[in-house]
Amino acid sequence: MSTTTRGTTTAPIEATAMGAATTKPQRSHLTRTRVRAAWIFLTPMLIVLAMVAGWPLARTIWFSFTDANLSDLGGAQFIGFANYLEYYDGMWFGVLADPDWWNSIWNTLYFAVISVTLEVIFGMAIALVLNSSFKGRALVRAAVLIPWAIPTIVSARMWGWMMNDQYGILNDMLMQMGFISTPLAWTANPDLVMISVVMVDVWKTTPFMALLVLAALQMLPGDCYEAAKVDGISPIKVFFKVTLPLIRPAVMVAVIFRLLDALRIFDLIYVLTSNSKDTMTMSVYARQQLVDFQDVGYGSAASTLLFFIVALCTVLYIYLGKVRFD
Amino acid sequence: MGKRHFRRILGQIGLYALVVVIILYAVFPFYYAVLSSLKTGSELFRVDYFPFSWNFGNYVSVFQEQPFARNLFNSIFVSFAVVVLSLFFGVTAAFALGRVQFRGRGILLLTILGVSMFPQVAVLSGMFELIRAMNLYNNLLGLIFAYMIFTLPFTVWVLTTFMRDLPKELEEAAVMDGAKPWTIITQVFMPLMWPALVTTGLLAFIAAWNEFLFALTFTLTNEMRTVPVAIALISGASQFELPWGNIMAASVIVTVPLVILVLIFQRRIVSGLTAGAVKG
Repeated sequence: MSTTTRGTTTAPIEATAMGAATTKPQRSHLTRTRVRAAWIFLTPMLIVLAMVAGWPLARTIWFSFTDANLSDLGGAQFIGFANYLEYYDGMWFGVLADPDWWNSIWNTLYFAVISVTLEVIFGMAIALVLNSSFKGRALVRAAVLIPWAIPTIVSARMWGWMMNDQYGILNDMLMQMGFISTPLAWTANPDLVMISVVMVDVWKTTPFMALLVLAALQMLPGDCYEAAKVDGISPIKVFFKVTLPLIRPAVMVAVIFRLLDALRIFDLIYVLTSNSKDTMTMSVYARQQLVDFQDVGYGSAASTLLFFIVALCTVLYIYLGKVRFD
Repeated sequence: MGKRHFRRILGQIGLYALVVVIILYAVFPFYYAVLSSLKTGSELFRVDYFPFSWNFGNYVSVFQEQPFARNLFNSIFVSFAVVVLSLFFGVTAAFALGRVQFRGRGILLLTILGVSMFPQVAVLSGMFELIRAMNLYNNLLGLIFAYMIFTLPFTVWVLTTFMRDLPKELEEAAVMDGAKPWTIITQVFMPLMWPALVTTGLLAFIAAWNEFLFALTFTLTNEMRTVPVAIALISGASQFELPWGNIMAASVIVTVPLVILVLIFQRRIVSGLTAGAVKG
């Protein structure tokens, strides 16, 4: 990490050196024109961003307090927190009282934690292999990128075919190797669907993790390894005592990046297991309410909750990642 | 000495075995999709590990049974438009954010980073309303508009990182010559920015090409769908009669251009990803 940011830490020193060289009134005039130009250049981007992100988000939050319906968005009436939680006639209603919503939160967290953990382990293993020198290394690195490049929908379909209960190659392989005696229904069996989803996601996103870890590994100073080699310390010990602490910041950022991605997962699950209760995540739940049941108010309440959960994690990311803005 | 030599050879064998496992793991599913796409009829329902037939029937029927050519065109059109627009807005904004010190810059960068973390579902109903109000429902322009939410923050972020690291002297010289900021961007920075533009453009292209949720929600007819939606919605007479041959052929058609791009630009992509995640 320190090497990545070195270029930027020296910049202010250069700037002050330059500032001293130029005469003062001229600089302030230049600075003023530059700042004005900067805002002119920023405006188009800010307008677009406000239109595609700010406004729709505000409208979604507003809808969550109304009884809006997909076929009649204009006729939405304010109904307070009823979409979130309402006590009516001795019963609790609203998203927060819906066991399916809590189930989808649980599914999302379960999916996110398990798949990201596996991705870190596999990603690190692959990165360590790619970091050692061998013939055809560039070729392997390219091969590893293939799952990353394949569209999620395509990988969901590809794996759906491989995991087909009757004709799938996965069952065939496992049966030939003697791990299972009868074919498994990977995408239909409630006990297996989540494992299937995790399997596909790990396959698809491990390359991302591996490449980020590899980038961190390649920035490590070589001299401490030389020292460890001379002292005859075992490679495993070197990994845990030297490598891991050094690449930890980079890995942490990658992990949180991936976690945020996993929390909003939609496409893979939608295509691989459709609206199965056993894999329904927060995004799938919200879209089902919004589009399939046409209940925009209720669906927006779920979306808004998801937004705040992810926002909380983003704040955590910025805090833990010690993101620099200079 | 002999023992050490033996151990080194053993280590080498282990390393290459691992490499083979990694390659198989990464490439096999795609290889199997290609294999399946070349089988028709009952051949599909027999598991083969090696190419058995070379029948391109599925590649023909996928274009006959649905407007797949149109879907491909839609995806290409939308992705290119998204790349061009996000690069234009990205470069101008990155110049301001990366080269000029002004108050509120930190907050702006924070906001942009925050938007790149947005769950798409969070804006779904608001975006739906907006797209319908602009009369862009079931229209490719609506998709191009909506896609800005995930390509733009990312493009701005990565280009700002690149822009920031360019040497200051170049710009100083241009300023001394009295060049306007727009001239500085186009004449001084653009020639140096090509690698960064290719990287971010490529990443934006892949993101737009692969997008599913918006494309599924904001289009209605077969003719307006992009390929991911078309592939996801290919269905047979019943749930148990999915035309797997067609699905695999379509999957291969969509993936091959991406795989080629990735193989050509793998170094650029890796540097772009690390600039976006590790540095950021």
